Amino acid sequence: MWQFFHKLGSPRWFFDLAGRLMPWLLVSGLLMSLVGLVWGLVFAPPDYLQGNSYRIIFIHVPVSFLAQSVYVMMAAAALITLVWRIKLADMFVKAVAPVGAVLTFLGLFTGAVWGEPTWGTWWVWDARLTSMLILLFLYIGAIALGSAISDEKFAARAVAVLVLVGVVNIPIIKYSVEWWNTLHQPATFTLTEKPKMPMAMWVPLLLMVLGLYCLFGWLACWRLQTEIIFRERKARWVRDRIMAGGRG
Amino acid sequence: MPTDKRPVMTPVQNTAPLAQAVIAIMRRDLKASLRQRQDLFNPLVFFVMVVSLFPLGVSPEVSFLRQSGTGILWVAALLSTLLSLDHLFRHDYDDGTLEQLLLAPQPLFLLVLAKATAHWLVTGVPLVLLAPVLGVMVHLDGNSIGVLCLTLLVGTPVLSLVGSIGAALTVGLRSGGVLLSLLIIPLYIPVLIFGTGTVTAAEAGAPVSGYLAIMGALLALALTLAPFASAAALRISLSNS
Repeated sequence: MWQFFHKLGSPRWFFDLAGRLMPWLLVSGLLMSLVGLVWGLVFAPPDYLQGNSYRIIFIHVPVSFLAQSVYVMMAAAALITLVWRIKLADMFVKAVAPVGAVLTFLGLFTGAVWGEPTWGTWWVWDARLTSMLILLFLYIGAIALGSAISDEKFAARAVAVLVLVGVVNIPIIKYSVEWWNTLHQPATFTLTEKPKMPMAMWVPLLLMVLGLYCLFGWLACWRLQTEIIFRERKARWVRDRIMAGGRG
Repeated sequence: MPTDKRPVMTPVQNTAPLAQAVIAIMRRDLKASLRQRQDLFNPLVFFVMVVSLFPLGVSPEVSFLRQSGTGILWVAALLSTLLSLDHLFRHDYDDGTLEQLLLAPQPLFLLVLAKATAHWLVTGVPLVLLAPVLGVMVHLDGNSIGVLCLTLLVGTPVLSLVGSIGAALTVGLRSGGVLLSLLIIPLYIPVLIFGTGTVTAAEAGAPVSGYLAIMGALLALALTLAPFASAAALRISLSNS
């Protein structure tokens, strides 16, 4: 068990592990999200109130869901960076921050597109929307701080502190729809409770969420590999690998 | 060989007691900022100027100003705090005082707390004192002005404390100013929301104690956690240079 953790800290070992995981993540992610997407957009029954416009849920919910959990993952990695100084953890923070920012933006964008036909407005200053906007600002702040500092180690640890401070926003986003009774509906998707929507809607949504997680895993592995190669570019194994041709 | 010739380790004599060290840092910071009056007055002038932009730029009508006056004052206070934050550690970083603070035997987070408190005394408190005048200028009624000052009194220390994290993270960087704002503004938003929410509730005649309690909770949270975060950030920033 401990050996596994020690290995996980080694960029070289993780590089190979990522290389082996990536095809599986990509294939299963594409498969699940394609099935979920086609099922959700074409075959799922229309909503009795919103008709077909609700179908954007199959993109909006998974993307927003992932946007938050990426931040939580980043925060966990930031804590590991500060406490145990594992190189891989800070690489993860750096590799994943732009992905999280894009996901948050997509969540806000699809929400706006959905809000127009159902709420009659693109944007409201509702608690959930505002706190997601703050999440986007936090991602941008972390990226900006990281790129302002040239020294890699210093940048990683400074960003880690910032990411950890920003964690206060996560519970606010999560519970905003319960604490403040505003326009945004409460959580649509939970695994712990019996779903309130019919199975024909819930299953494709679940597939989309899982598929997006896999695709995120694939993208994270890919970006991590790039980061590892860049940081370890002076190491011998990287040179050997490049001589042998490609990512391996 | 006589053993009594060996040098005896004596405890370091100049370890000041904790309270004394904290007070010394606060006095030093206050004195330093009183001697650099420009740094002291510029954020205040900025505060007044930003507030006066709104009647000129949007509308000088009483109804508009009465409705949005608290928001304008709060945003202006927030921005002028941001403006002054860059100085919090900058001078100490440039002349090496910060390294001495890091080496001091007293826990760093308490020293940071002392510095943040001094920063609040020279930037936050003047803002609170200036707010009633500007409140009259944007036609707020007496009760709202009172509540506004109360929220600023509780809210500005949070701004100083949370801001100290950003100042500590960016102290070693050349282009710290804009970056500092980028990092800190998202963290200021809750204070802004509850600060203006309190005054809005007071205007509507609702009880404000609940809102003030939340602001107090924010202050308690910032007081207990922010010094640790900025102490950690300072160590990171200085380990780089």
